[in-house]
Amino acid sequence: MTSLLEMRSITKEFPGVKALDNVNLTVGTGEIHAICGENGAGKSTLMKVLSGVYPAGTYDGEIHYDGKLAQFSDINDSEDLGIIIIHQELALVPLLSIAENIFLGNERAKNGVMDWRETFRLTEDLLKKVGLSENPGTLIDSLGVGKQQLVEIAKALSKDVKLLILDEPTAALSEHDSQALLDLMLELKAQGVTQIIISHKLNEVRRVADSVTVIRDGSTVSTMDARKEEITEDRIVRDMVGRDMSDRYPPRPHRAGEMLMEVEDWNVWHPEHADRQVIRNASFNVRAGEVVGIAGLMGSGRTELVMSIFGKSYGKNISGSVKMHGQPVDVSTVGKSIGAGLAYVTEDRKSLGLILEETIQKNVTLANLPGVSKSGVISQGEETRVSEEYRQAMNIRTPSVFQKVMNLSGGNQQKVVLSKWLFSGPEVLILDEPTRGIDVGAKFEIYNIINDLSEQGKGVVMISSEMPELLGMCDRIYVMNEGALVGELTAAEASQEKIMSMIVTDVVDEPALGGAE
Amino acid sequence: MELADKNTDGAGKSLGAYLAGHLRDYGLLVALIAIMLFFQVVTGGTLLKPVNITNLFLQNSYIIIMALGMLIVIVAGHIDLSVGSVMGFIGALAAVMMVNWDWPVWMTIPVCLVAGAAIGAWHGYWVAYWRIPAFIVTLAGMLVFRGLSLWLLEGQSIGPFERSFQALSTGFIPDIIGMKRPNGTALIAGALAVILIVWMGLNQRARNRKYGMDDEPTMFFVARNVIVCGALFYVMYKLAWFRGLPNVLISMVVLTVVYAFITENTTLGRRIYALGGNEKAAKLSGIKTEKLTFLAFVNMGMLAALAGLIFAARLNTATPKAGFAVELDVIAAVFIGGASMSGGSGKIIGAVVGAFIMGVLNNGMSIMGIGIDYQQVIKGLVLLAAVFFDVYQKNKG
Repeated sequence: MTSLLEMRSITKEFPGVKALDNVNLTVGTGEIHAICGENGAGKSTLMKVLSGVYPAGTYDGEIHYDGKLAQFSDINDSEDLGIIIIHQELALVPLLSIAENIFLGNERAKNGVMDWRETFRLTEDLLKKVGLSENPGTLIDSLGVGKQQLVEIAKALSKDVKLLILDEPTAALSEHDSQALLDLMLELKAQGVTQIIISHKLNEVRRVADSVTVIRDGSTVSTMDARKEEITEDRIVRDMVGRDMSDRYPPRPHRAGEMLMEVEDWNVWHPEHADRQVIRNASFNVRAGEVVGIAGLMGSGRTELVMSIFGKSYGKNISGSVKMHGQPVDVSTVGKSIGAGLAYVTEDRKSLGLILEETIQKNVTLANLPGVSKSGVISQGEETRVSEEYRQAMNIRTPSVFQKVMNLSGGNQQKVVLSKWLFSGPEVLILDEPTRGIDVGAKFEIYNIINDLSEQGKGVVMISSEMPELLGMCDRIYVMNEGALVGELTAAEASQEKIMSMIVTDVVDEPALGGAE
Repeated sequence: MELADKNTDGAGKSLGAYLAGHLRDYGLLVALIAIMLFFQVVTGGTLLKPVNITNLFLQNSYIIIMALGMLIVIVAGHIDLSVGSVMGFIGALAAVMMVNWDWPVWMTIPVCLVAGAAIGAWHGYWVAYWRIPAFIVTLAGMLVFRGLSLWLLEGQSIGPFERSFQALSTGFIPDIIGMKRPNGTALIAGALAVILIVWMGLNQRARNRKYGMDDEPTMFFVARNVIVCGALFYVMYKLAWFRGLPNVLISMVVLTVVYAFITENTTLGRRIYALGGNEKAAKLSGIKTEKLTFLAFVNMGMLAALAGLIFAARLNTATPKAGFAVELDVIAAVFIGGASMSGGSGKIIGAVVGAFIMGVLNNGMSIMGIGIDYQQVIKGLVLLAAVFFDVYQKNKG
């Protein structure tokens, strides 16, 4: 079999770290090749090397594409040869139409005047190819993420793509949209488009990939060919993390104490669409020393539920009650929620959790400035002492607490956010995707911190999209779907299948979210 | 791919590396001194004559006072284009109160300050609670209050004022030890200021050492203090040979110290920086972002009112043109002083030095007889150069 792409011994160094170390990647013509690896393993860096974001000369090793040595000096060079990347964050202009987006920078025009008829005709053809039945004049803004993804692919096809790279294409898609996208990938393969898919979802990898390369800590660990051998998810995971699944989660004795927080009949409406109920009659509770999980698909309302509780930071017409130690508490502002003993660690630490331009020290004390000040005057010595304490306790790897947070890795940033909330002295911590975007080692440390918190008798509510993580960490798991808590499982009875089946059953029984019925 | 944590700590680095990391801090001071020396030479020593130094303070006091408020507004992530108009309006209001209505000075001043705060509250209300961009709200305010001062003055100038009101700006602190020339108060104040600066510097340094903070090399510490204290005492000495310390200099210094303390050492200040740095994160940390934004504008309005009073007192008349385009000088001063347009960074002392740079440029070029046309061009280019320097530093680092 001929190969379209061969990356040989790629090594890429950043100051102080070797991001890629002798990585080899061979992609056969006309196949779908999956690249698997934990966050921070080097997948994105490898793709940036391939597409010319890191130009030739800034890395060691060779790229052979279509039988020739390729030396791209920027992304245009690689696009000219038909290598196109669709990134996780879609790069569409929301207020332009589908047609305008597809031909952005590549306009069908005569002497600078747009040829709309040609543009629309070509767009219609492309949309047909990707199976999207939308008017080319529709604004991107009015499309869901799944359809936007298809527009991106149509855009790639408009450029005569030979090698299509999809970075986590289904991360933000619903089950249905994901399936449609995978079907499209197989369809494109039949038409001869070689594809690379980067994905965490191993069932999807298994479904579409002809071969799989696993990368760990910047090195190629293994390459498997599905046409020659059976590829199991277990094997991919083992290669990805370098150890068996069983010890990915540190053990913790179950010891639920007295009741800490009870939320009852929580209802929330959408902040902009007043007729849309986002959370429906949700009730849940957390005991001291307990880690309670909330499972559910993306968009099921998990974040909306906890943010609407924490200072009513989301939604409108919120009703329901929150009790701490059996007493009703006022959580109408963030300040009051903190006072009541709550802390919320956001899923979006960069835009909601941290002030990136500020130092670690200033971030750590932000939610509890009175804790380091007297009558409104901050004691800088006290502030340094406190943040230094957290730096050591949390093992934040940085030379000093005066380092700007933006210079830290994802895992260390997350530890800063956790420090901030621990310093506010909460009884219940709500952790929203606490390990998103951080590497395996740091994940393990975060799990240990969670266990320590439970040991200290704090209640933890943990939202996660990674089901194994919930199964490995929680004492109890609530299952959420379409704005309602549809089930509750103890650690002993919970399994991935049970959770999924609760979600699926619910979809059949209940009307769809957002319906104005 | 996540980068490993960058080691940009100062420990164990060369002098050069330290300097490179703090070029902005030193650069501003060096720029001010260089500009002063330049004009001192080209004006044949006129710039640093006692009378001209006194004038420098009198001419720029209102800009500096407003720069304090503007820095806070800009750190909070907003802008205030109305300050020139508000300043003119309050000057007019004070004139009408004292001259047309015969109000006493002691009543006029507080009422005018409250009026300024109310104007700030008006702007702050729309910005903070309705989320209308400050640029638009204060652009509207700029037109409204320009119009209102014309209406209030009926297009005429109103003045003169009582001596006690003029003293706000043109008064001097009496010589407490009766030396007359040189003025004893000025010399004592100069000496005290030098001692205070060195003492606070040493304290800060000891504290930095104790907590392992980025440590300034001894050589830089000494050099910086010698230059700052030397310049300070030189200025005081010169002032002593004219009429001593202008009242307005005292108000300026007191306000600068108070605002520097608030922004750097209090929870209130820290929260304003957090608000400007990342409003959503600040809000989710329990900070009342709307209220702080509102207060930043109230404070700005009050300082603009104070500036208006001082300006009117100096001219001894309120004119319809007072404060025209002054907002641009104030905003320029803050950006020259290192504040960032996107909010969250900038220092009071930077804004003050920035205002002095603009002031010395104005004064020096006027002495040289450079036309107003070239003056504008040069000031514009200085602003661009200063901000370019910031951006360049940031991209490099």
